[in-house]
Amino acid sequence: MDIEERNKKYNEYVQAKIPKTKNFPTLIYAFVVGGLICCIGQGIMDLLMLIFPTMSVESATAWMLIVIIFVASLLTGLGIYDRIGVFAGAGSIVPITGFSNSITSPAVEFKREGIIFGLCAKMFTVAGPVIVNGVAVSIVIGLIYLFL
Amino acid sequence: MLWMYAKVFLVGGFICLLGQLLIIKTNITSSRILVLFVCIGAVLEGLGLYQPIIDWAGAGATVPIVGFGRSLAKGAIEAVREQGLLGVFTGGLTATSGGIAAAVVFAFIMALIFNSKTKKF
Repeated sequence: MDIEERNKKYNEYVQAKIPKTKNFPTLIYAFVVGGLICCIGQGIMDLLMLIFPTMSVESATAWMLIVIIFVASLLTGLGIYDRIGVFAGAGSIVPITGFSNSITSPAVEFKREGIIFGLCAKMFTVAGPVIVNGVAVSIVIGLIYLFL
Repeated sequence: MLWMYAKVFLVGGFICLLGQLLIIKTNITSSRILVLFVCIGAVLEGLGLYQPIIDWAGAGATVPIVGFGRSLAKGAIEAVREQGLLGVFTGGLTATSGGIAAAVVFAFIMALIFNSKTKKF
C-alpha cells in the first residue's frame, strides 16, 4: 500500500471518528445562553443602580462584572458550569463568565499537583494568552494614540 | 425597560453566536476564541466603534469578553491622555484590574474549597 493511499484511508477514518456537532441547534443554544447571561448581567446592573442611586454606569458595570465572575467561579467549583458548557458551547465561553471559568477550572483541576506549582501555576493556562494578547494590543493602541 | 433587555439579549446572543459559528466552521479552540475576541474588542474601541454598541445594548456589549478587550484599550487611551508615555503601560491593566483580580482571587478560593469532579460526559 503506497503512502498516499494510506493517508487517504487514515483521513477517512479520522473523519468518521470525529464527533459530529449538530450545527444548527448549537448556534441557537449559544445564542440563547449567551443572551441570557448578558440579561442577568443587565439585571444585576439595574439592581445595583436602584439600591445605590449615586452609582455611575461605569462603577455599576465593574461591580456587575465582579458579581458574575464570582457566580461563574462558584458554579465551576460546584461542577455546574461545565454542564452548561456542554450544550451551550460558545454561549458559555464568550461571556466574561467563560473567562472566570477558564481560570477556576484548571485551578481546581491541578490542585492535586500542589498549591504553588499546581493551582497557582496552572491557573493561567487559558487566561494567560488572553491577558498577554490583550495587554499587547492595548499597548499598541496606547502608542498610536500617543503619537496621534 | 423590556426593550432594553431585548437589546441586551440580542446583542449578547449575537456575539456568542459568532463565537459558536467560528467553532463549527474552523474547529478553533476556546482559548483562541477568547484571545481573538479580546483583540477585536480592543481594536474596535481604538477605532471608537465600540462605545456606541455599549450605549445601545448595555450589558449585552460589556458582558462578552469583547468588552474586556474594550476596557483594556479604553484604559490605555484615557491614561495616555492624562499621563503620556507612562499611561501606555499603566492604562490597560488598571482599567481591567477589577475583573482580573476578582477572577484570580475567586478561582483561588474555589480551588481550595472544591475538589475536581470526575467528568461523566
